[in-house]
Amino acid sequence: MIEIDSVTKIFTGRGAPFTALDDVSVTIRENEFFTLLGPSGCGKTTLLRVIAGFIDPTRGRVLLDGQDLLSLPPYRRPVNTVFQNYALFPHMTVAQNIAFGLEMQDRPRAEVSATVEEMLSLVRMTEMAGRKTSEISGGQQQRVALARALAPRPKVLLLDEPLSALDFKLRKEMQLELKRLQSETGITFVFVTHDQEEALTMSDRIAVMNAGEIRQFGGPRDIYDHPAERFVADFIGDTNFLDVTLLSSEGSTARVRLSSGSELDVRAPQADLPPGPATLAIRPEHAQITTPDTAPLRGVLSNIVYFGTDTHFHVELDAAGSFVLRRQNQPDQAQDWAIGDAVGVKVPPGVGQVLQD
Amino acid sequence: MAKPFEVHRQTGFATMAGLCFVVLYLPIVLLVVYSFNQGDSIAIWEGFSWRWYVSAWDNEQVQAATVRSLVIAFWAALIATTCAVLAALATTRQERFRGYTFVFAMINQPLMVPEIVTAVALLIFFAMIKVQTGYTGLGYLILAHSAFCLPFAYMPIRARLQGMDLSLEQAAMDLYGTPWRVFRRITLPQLWPGILAGAMLAFVISLDDVVITEFVKSAGQDTLPTYMLGQMRRVVTPEVNAISTVLLAISVVMVVAFYFLSRTKKQPTGG
Ligand SMILES: Nc1ncnc2c1ncn2[C@@H]1O[C@H](COP(=O)(O)OP(=O)(O)O)[C@@H](O)[C@H]1O
Ligand SMILES: [Mg+2]
Repeated sequence: MIEIDSVTKIFTGRGAPFTALDDVSVTIRENEFFTLLGPSGCGKTTLLRVIAGFIDPTRGRVLLDGQDLLSLPPYRRPVNTVFQNYALFPHMTVAQNIAFGLEMQDRPRAEVSATVEEMLSLVRMTEMAGRKTSEISGGQQQRVALARALAPRPKVLLLDEPLSALDFKLRKEMQLELKRLQSETGITFVFVTHDQEEALTMSDRIAVMNAGEIRQFGGPRDIYDHPAERFVADFIGDTNFLDVTLLSSEGSTARVRLSSGSELDVRAPQADLPPGPATLAIRPEHAQITTPDTAPLRGVLSNIVYFGTDTHFHVELDAAGSFVLRRQNQPDQAQDWAIGDAVGVKVPPGVGQVLQD
Repeated sequence: MAKPFEVHRQTGFATMAGLCFVVLYLPIVLLVVYSFNQGDSIAIWEGFSWRWYVSAWDNEQVQAATVRSLVIAFWAALIATTCAVLAALATTRQERFRGYTFVFAMINQPLMVPEIVTAVALLIFFAMIKVQTGYTGLGYLILAHSAFCLPFAYMPIRARLQGMDLSLEQAAMDLYGTPWRVFRRITLPQLWPGILAGAMLAFVISLDDVVITEFVKSAGQDTLPTYMLGQMRRVVTPEVNAISTVLLAISVVMVVAFYFLSRTKKQPTGG
């Protein structure tokens, strides 16, 4: 278990001081696949480096199983890192790279070579053991970096956007591979990414960061279905935002009035929201396209974009703004709508989320 | 003006450039040519011969001076390079400390202070030590050479360190490498080309020095360049040309090696 307690990092270089981490507190459980998700520059790497020991935080504490990590130098922390650029040692072979951490721990020779063998087969690189790291592909380098960091059996593995340099197919493959490694080794993974889809598919829990702060923290479903604020709803997946008036709220449901005048029952992220102006967030796949007569939102179909698996309908709303709907394609799907049609948008009860901020 | 100023388009540029090369290299070519002269003159050609090389080789004073030059250059290069490695590590591998610029300037000071000033200062300083200790060996020359060779050794090492990926050392530290072991296993193997380049440069610079050596040396401590200077004041024979040509050859070999060492980005070293 890692307890990150009120960690603040203020960089003071030339120029004005910059707060890269602003009072970050989060607890990471044992054996969990934990993801730090946020846009570039939000402080993800900084937080990882604080845990690894390459950056001293300005304030705060970091505990690993109750033990204070900040008083230990990087080489005494039972934490290993897979670096963003892999940082493989160019003057060593694949096997020598993997053995490095074990040698530094002065493990017996026999144990070192046994563990290296085990790691090589774990990441399916046994044939490449004698190669120089410059003689293998990007995906293979990635796997060597993983094996090297896993070999000393750290309590925690830190991964800084390890898949961002790989192409699409390889990335999908490595995502599954990482999940497999995590469950096989039982090591806590702290994974950094700016790719929301990657975060949703891989993580047990996700912390969404923005500008040095953790904005929301929870399981992938929580984060996707119940974004706590506009930034999270916007950053994770596609979302339509509508200006609405909050009429009343009770527990986790709320009643809002749309600018078209219709009223809707939606979800509320917390109880007792005060009535007044608010934002309604609706996922494109949660709304349906219909004829205009009964629908709460009406408009004109301005664009149809075919995506293979599904189709996106862009609607210019009569009231104000635009709305995007997504419908999964069926093999026998009729061409039922054309650009320029007057259409309605149907929102089933309870799918929208009202946000106030 | 509409066109940017392009110096190579100006009239007379080619002539000027040609003239510069002639002034630079013609004397050296002549020096080399006349080292093979059969006659006693350094200006009148009398046919080809190895005579002056043989004569220099057999000259006991030349032998002694050569050995002395090499010994001094070896130790000076070794000391200067060791200090340069430490200095380069301190100036690239830690956060900028207070007085960084000052330290940087101090390391490179021998490049800026006029050599004659250093020479006189060392002469006086060493004279004081000589009086105190009575020691008159080669140590003074070795120390003096180490000092002015330091910036030459420092530059390529620092350049190499700056070009090296810091994350490699961090990765090694992340993998339980203590600072000393990280240095030995990660930094040093990659730094070798820079260290060799720095050492060679220091060696050549030491081999070539006249001014400081002339001031610091005790009686009978001539190096090759100061011996040659002494010869020039008496009879000048093509023997001096022959020695110069050999020195030139050594320097050229070292500079070429230096070029290749500092150029190679990834020098695979046995790990
Ligand atoms: N050493 C540093 N000095 C000053 N600012 C820094 C330093 N390191 C990072 N930053 C700043 O802190 C912010 C967060 O950086 P980082 O943690 O690398 O972001 P991320 O990994 O989320 O993209 C960035 O705006 C970056 O410019
Ligand atoms: Mg980053």
